[in-house]
Amino acid sequence: MSFSDILLMRNELLLVAATVVILIADLVFAADQRKQFYYFSVFLIFIVAITGLFPSESGSIFGGMYETGGLQIMMKNILNFSTLIVLLQSWGWFSQVKQQKRIGEFMILLLSTLIGMGYMISSGHFLMFYLGLELATIPLAALAAYDYYKSKSAEAGIKLILLAAFSSGILLFGISLIYGITGTLYFGEAGQLINGSTLSVLGLVLIFTGLSFKVSLVPFHLWTADVYEGSPINVTSYLSVVSKGSAVFIMLIVLNTVFASLNDIWDTLIYTIIIITITIGNLFAIRQRNIKRFLAFSSIAQAGFIMLGVIDNSAFGVATVVYFILVYMFSNLAAFGVASAISAETGKESIDDYKGFYGTNPRLSLVMMLAMFSLAGIPPVAGFFGKFFLFTAAAEKGYYILVLIAVLNTIISLYYYLLVIKVMFIEKSDSPIQFFSSNLPMKISLVICVLGLVITGFTSGVFDYMVAVSDQLFSSI
Amino acid sequence: MYNLNILLLVPILTLAGIMFVKDARNARVVAAIGMSVQLVLVFVLLYMYLAERNAGNMEEVLFYQDITWYESLKISYTIGVDGIAVGLIVLTGIVIFAGVFASWLMKDLVKEFFFWLILLATGVFGFFISLDLFIMFVFFELAVIPMYLLIGIWGTGPKEYSAMKLTLMLMGASAILLVGILGIYFNSAPDGGAMTFNIIEISKVNIPIAAQRFFFPMVFIGFGVISALFPFHTWSPDGHASAPTAVSMLHAGVLMKLGGYGVLKVAIYLLPEAAGEMATFFLIFVAIGVIYGALSAVMQRDLKYINAYSSVSHVGLILFGLLMLTKTALDGAVLQMISHGLITALFFALIGMIYGRTHTRMVNEMRGLMKVMPFLSVAYVIAGLASLGLPGLSGFVAELAIFVGAFSHPEPFYRVITVIAVSSIVVAAVYILRVVAKMLMEGVKDESYNDLTDARWHEKLSVISLLLFIAAIGLAPLWLSDMIMSSLEPIIMRLN
Repeated sequence: MSFSDILLMRNELLLVAATVVILIADLVFAADQRKQFYYFSVFLIFIVAITGLFPSESGSIFGGMYETGGLQIMMKNILNFSTLIVLLQSWGWFSQVKQQKRIGEFMILLLSTLIGMGYMISSGHFLMFYLGLELATIPLAALAAYDYYKSKSAEAGIKLILLAAFSSGILLFGISLIYGITGTLYFGEAGQLINGSTLSVLGLVLIFTGLSFKVSLVPFHLWTADVYEGSPINVTSYLSVVSKGSAVFIMLIVLNTVFASLNDIWDTLIYTIIIITITIGNLFAIRQRNIKRFLAFSSIAQAGFIMLGVIDNSAFGVATVVYFILVYMFSNLAAFGVASAISAETGKESIDDYKGFYGTNPRLSLVMMLAMFSLAGIPPVAGFFGKFFLFTAAAEKGYYILVLIAVLNTIISLYYYLLVIKVMFIEKSDSPIQFFSSNLPMKISLVICVLGLVITGFTSGVFDYMVAVSDQLFSSI
Repeated sequence: MYNLNILLLVPILTLAGIMFVKDARNARVVAAIGMSVQLVLVFVLLYMYLAERNAGNMEEVLFYQDITWYESLKISYTIGVDGIAVGLIVLTGIVIFAGVFASWLMKDLVKEFFFWLILLATGVFGFFISLDLFIMFVFFELAVIPMYLLIGIWGTGPKEYSAMKLTLMLMGASAILLVGILGIYFNSAPDGGAMTFNIIEISKVNIPIAAQRFFFPMVFIGFGVISALFPFHTWSPDGHASAPTAVSMLHAGVLMKLGGYGVLKVAIYLLPEAAGEMATFFLIFVAIGVIYGALSAVMQRDLKYINAYSSVSHVGLILFGLLMLTKTALDGAVLQMISHGLITALFFALIGMIYGRTHTRMVNEMRGLMKVMPFLSVAYVIAGLASLGLPGLSGFVAELAIFVGAFSHPEPFYRVITVIAVSSIVVAAVYILRVVAKMLMEGVKDESYNDLTDARWHEKLSVISLLLFIAAIGLAPLWLSDMIMSSLEPIIMRLN
């Protein structure tokens, strides 16, 4: 293996390097230099994220276990930048006395999951896939339980680890069936050898189920609300954007390479799952008053929408999914950013506490409004374009009834997103949250999100590029 | 050569101006300047359009521009106008101009109010100039969503309920419309060419009849709901009653016409065969809406509810004329869009001004307003007469054309349903004249009314600008009618 081959793993290698440097830096920076340490770590991750934007070779190493190309790099870039934004939004929480000492641990755990996701997305082999997945999951449980002295946070950690173990078990069972049928663990070879036998369908269903837990599709969503509510708010936003996004990405790759020939079967499967996921996610979101639970159910519904693009097994469909996740990252992180700014400042996490917020904090309210409009899919915010392309993808396959059900569900979702806007802009309160100024990293992160929300839709180049790179998944077969 | 982008640029600059003014009170000045410039530009457009046509330019649309946006989906920023769009753009220009002056005394959150109001108008202008289904849809939603905040924050009465109901029903309709648009897109190349969202391109192909049958109801209902299609009209009375003055004006005056325009340019133009087959079915609902709206207006005591229901009835006539699918009726429908837009905007402006003085909208609580505020009262009488179709005012021309066109159908079904719809005019006379008699005539009942003032300069400006065009269309309808007729040509050709 030559040096240039190793460079194909640029993203992961840099992340490992960053992790090591942060580990050492944690010891170097003194206890009263936590802020500098925080900025240093964020800067390192910023460097890694920026490096990802430079062009990179595509190819495979380790005998095809690790594959990379334009599509994978695009996915990893989205995850890297999401992580960066999450960290920028975390300073308010880090600066609390209890957390100050533990910034280093948090960063390292977070980066480990990101490395795991990188390997998972780039895997061309079930073993690599499984290793990546576990590396991406187990530290997450530690992160969810980060506020271990709060019983809810501890509960979230336990729930997450138990469910991760359970879903991994199912996934492994599926993988072993596929190995039993085809005698190989490589995605490409397995894809060619899979026939429509009952056993292979069982393998498909089990692997799909295992991944559905990560994406939190109904009926595998039951952990979501509790874990999201119990975890610290920045871990919640990481779970809902980065962790979910990476699971969707690998699902796209596995379905379209390994199970390409069973397309008819997973089409029907996803068709049903979309309808129940969107509907149940929406109906439960209406009743939520805690902003984290609210966003949890909204993210379940959004996962259902994402599947509309997965169902269209073409380069266009893949591109719509990747594009939607990019847009979803901006919108969800903007919403979580505002929520966590409020939470860090006042400790309030109920939507009812936001009454009269526009009167005292107009800018944060406007960011929240843009985020809600984007999640609901209202033009000209980016979320509209994301949703529109997903609908187009499903309509391309001729599933007009499915699209109709989905668009009618967007109206239900519009209702509860408007409720948040109503609370902030229309309702009055005797004791609204007082004006506060958010810290600098939070401001930067919100500016990035708002710019992303406003600009992404109008720059068609992003989407057209995604369509071009997504072709790689289908041309290799 | 006229660049249509300027019709978007001026509102956007106005929005930016409003955002950056320091003193919130100056927001109205910025809005007024912006919309005055826009009004001038709109008339320049009208003049240029007529000049081009007189010079013998027989293109289907003028001032056409086509910029590719999303290469992979063949979405382009395609704009251009025909006579129908020009007429409606002129209407929008006048109504938003009048609306800004009608809300001159707005007190709470002035900057935000004008921001959302102008944003709404931007959406409407964009909708009328777009020729690409995708951007048309974008502008359509852009025009609807500010309504939520405009009614929710600045409205009166059960504003939160009305705002939510209106937004959800209209967005629900646009959701159904979205499926229809996707359906048209994926069937826009039956012979295997490239699919397109461009209306002009799609009008050159024949979409398979099975697809037309499937998607016509979606597009028709999607656009119909915003034109208060029975039984989906329930958002309209509540929404109009709760909305602040300028928003009612814009909504009843212009936004409800988006539906009619969309039905004509998308549903009928692109799916003509299905339109022919299903017109009778939808006509029944439209006719019910026309009569039901008129009868409901008779039963109301609140001025805004009276006008909201009267709008349901009159906008119903637009859909009625469109579904007749004859040239005269289509012409009448488009005239009705413009005429009703002006009349209803005038009504809502006057109601807002009267309410601002008497603090009640209940007809039976007011007496003898003619004596204390003669200007507003006379304007109200003129609006009323125009609304019930007095010759010499715009309402007459439009309704006459609709009914003549409708009655010229030889089949008994069309004749019967026309007779039923015509009877709504009689009912209109009842609810309009009753209000005029009760509210404006007789002696002043409440002593305190003697201290009320008549219209101030900005209110007069708003009212006169609307009155002027109502009279202009009523007295000289032919140039407008001709402009519309020539643009209906391609649609009529598709229908045959």
